[in-house]
Amino acid sequence: MTKILLLVVFVINLAVPFFNRTDPTLFGFPFFYWYQMVAVPVSSLLIYAVFRAEDRAETDE
Amino acid sequence: MIHPIATGVFLALIAFVIVLGFVAGRWKAGDMSHIEEWGLGGRRFGTWVSWFLIGGDTYTAYTFIAIPALMFGAGAIGFFAVPYTVVCYPILFLVFPKLWKVARNHGYITGPEFVRGRYGNRWLALAIGVTGIFATMPYIALQLVGMQTVIGALGIPGHIPLIVAFAVLAAFTYTSGLRAPAMIAIVKDLLIYLTVIVAVIVVPIELGGFGSIFAHIAPSKLLLAKPPAGSTGSYTSYATLALGSAMALFLYPHTTTAILSSSGARVIKRNASLLPAYTFVLGLLALLGFMAAAAGLKSMPQFADGFAHYGTSFAIPALMLYAFPSWFVGIAFAAIAIGALVPAAIMSIASANIFTRDIWKEFGPPTNGSVETLIAKLFSIVMIVGAVVFILAIPNTYAVQLQLLGGMWVIQTFPAIALSVFTRFFNGWALLIGWAVGIVSATYLAALNHLTGAIWAFHILGYTVPSYIAFATVILNIVVAGVLSVPFNAIASDRARDATKAADYAA
Repeated sequence: MTKILLLVVFVINLAVPFFNRTDPTLFGFPFFYWYQMVAVPVSSLLIYAVFRAEDRAETDE
Repeated sequence: MIHPIATGVFLALIAFVIVLGFVAGRWKAGDMSHIEEWGLGGRRFGTWVSWFLIGGDTYTAYTFIAIPALMFGAGAIGFFAVPYTVVCYPILFLVFPKLWKVARNHGYITGPEFVRGRYGNRWLALAIGVTGIFATMPYIALQLVGMQTVIGALGIPGHIPLIVAFAVLAAFTYTSGLRAPAMIAIVKDLLIYLTVIVAVIVVPIELGGFGSIFAHIAPSKLLLAKPPAGSTGSYTSYATLALGSAMALFLYPHTTTAILSSSGARVIKRNASLLPAYTFVLGLLALLGFMAAAAGLKSMPQFADGFAHYGTSFAIPALMLYAFPSWFVGIAFAAIAIGALVPAAIMSIASANIFTRDIWKEFGPPTNGSVETLIAKLFSIVMIVGAVVFILAIPNTYAVQLQLLGGMWVIQTFPAIALSVFTRFFNGWALLIGWAVGIVSATYLAALNHLTGAIWAFHILGYTVPSYIAFATVILNIVVAGVLSVPFNAIASDRARDATKAADYAA
């Protein structure tokens, strides 16, 4: 059930009350902006993990 | 002509992609008299071509102009484009490999065709198809607006350049079909990546770093407003805008077409994890809107005309004219203009596929294979000409308003297309009624907003919950379709009319 990771993608990207803040800033970016930018590659990796897990399950069959 | 060097570079790049568009027909050559070849590239595109094609299709000229413009004008709310174009990918991953498989097994080239196969109900398929075509028309028109903005910013007057560009577009779409935008998309994306990466390095250096850029933004625009007591405020506005837009994204005919043209379900799944690379670039691009604001472009006399004419849409062209040397302005503007041609081509092809398969073939006189393709080719020209006439005859604000409505309409096909790859619980007629309820309620609420706002404040148990109208109304649509399906199927089940088998969906 690695598909649960896809649910995580929704949660981290839509948790607006959590990331709607200025601090901590990073390289001059307010938290609101850098958090959402970092969430992009993280989401990409989560989706890739599900892809690999399903791929492996299919070759095992 | 105000910018001769920029214009020269711009025209050279446009000429190059036009030649590419005509040559593309010979690439991985197929029989162009067959609609699966013309309208779907023969379902042969591998991971990389699909990546460029879906990316070229989703992140359009309109996006490049409108998202930074929204940041420039309204601030943080415009950044919803980032979570939007992330959460669309789990949806792509879950739904569309299944749709690809069932489409391949049955020779479907459009979403509505799948719906007709699934429910044996051509009226439901017609409703889904017409929704797609109507939602696409203003979208093509807005691509033209994006192109118009950069042509205007180069100082080239009049409508002739735009008309010429789209006449050529119609010609290579006719001859090369989906292969043309697939090939051009590669050039477009390389130019966009180049432009954005240079911009996010050069502009902050000129403006004293990102810290200084953000410091120039008014606090009310830097973050979303804190919700007042008893309301979820801008938090639910932001989240539902992102989620609702993501649910609608791949239901548009042009995105469905790009997905179905890939060579396998695995290609789609892999791309669901690779496509967020575009989203990262989109996030940087959105921040260019803040850079335009921090640079104080609006008060500069040389841009006064542009802002007066194009409004906040002029923010990105102005920033490029301000920050880049002339030859690089040519490259950047060409990237935006080509970013209009790619999706416009795919949109006209996708609409043509729907018109041919779901309207003409079902309700018109009988046709054979090559006549079918000819009808599709001709309809793609009708779509392009229609969009040009639309933009020249009607104020651009109408195109923006219709695009807003288009998103709210196309999401109403979510239960019939996206949910139906998982379940045959629904009844076809119940889905049609749910669709109608969704379309009418969304249009009604948008009209109450005078077609300017996408958000409606709902009052639930004494709480105020502002939501993207599309999101709220598709929930209503699903509930209506679900509740009605139970008695409808008890009285006269249409499950026997399902032309697809469970094995078709194994993905």
